[in-house]
Amino acid sequence: MTGMIGPAVAAATLAVAVLVGVVLRRRDGVPREARGAVERLTAGDLGAELGERATLVQFSSAFCQPCRATRRILTEVTDMVPGVAHVEIDAESRLELVRSLNILRTPTVLVLDRSGRVVKRASGQPRKADVIAALGAAVEG
Amino acid sequence: MQVDPRALRFAAILTSVVLALVLILDSPWLLAAQAVVFALGAAGASPYGMIFKGIVKSPPGELEDAGPPRFAQLVGLAFALVGLVGYATQITPLALGATAAALFAAFLNAAFGFCLGCEMYLIIRRLLPAAR
Repeated sequence: MTGMIGPAVAAATLAVAVLVGVVLRRRDGVPREARGAVERLTAGDLGAELGERATLVQFSSAFCQPCRATRRILTEVTDMVPGVAHVEIDAESRLELVRSLNILRTPTVLVLDRSGRVVKRASGQPRKADVIAALGAAVEG
Repeated sequence: MQVDPRALRFAAILTSVVLALVLILDSPWLLAAQAVVFALGAAGASPYGMIFKGIVKSPPGELEDAGPPRFAQLVGLAFALVGLVGYATQITPLALGATAAALFAAFLNAAFGFCLGCEMYLIIRRLLPAAR
């Protein structure tokens, strides 16, 4: 039915997948400056108190492989850096908040400063050093 | 339930090979076979996983939750079924497009350990009205 189209589609698909994979590996979980309007989350939004100096908000879901590792990393960071709270939110039970923050993936980690302003945002499993660096920016800024 | 992540990776590699062969050989029957494999995987009885267990006897270093990969198998099944509809109705772009999408996701998992099917979960949930 298709002649050479099938093999061409297979080759093109694999080429695009390699490209996307390489980009994902580079960018996944890297905290970025929060874009667009300034977003501020309150203790009421989070269902938990803000940290004294900063807060790490992790959105998780039921079918999320890297969420567990992300929880471990963020817990290690909050144990290490005083005044920082880790709040984990089940995305499914807070869909309104997920939509308003335009969260598309789990895990997504928001780094909030002491006032609850979203300073940085990482989608995908972040590296520990990157989280610590982002926290530094949130505490200073 | 917990699964061996190496078995998942092995299954993703086999799935990629089979889906690439579907495109290369233009074989709806092979796609139908892969659809059955997706269905079994979603039910927690992946034939590819069983092949892995038959070959590799060493215990895994760590285990992973079985929920995300099983959900991803369900997403794979949906794409395979759409592809089969494309073959049955001779709508070539549908047959090739859906198979290519499944191959794309399987390859990302095989080569990079990235579960695209899992990522679909929140996006689908976001689109659905608040059910609970």
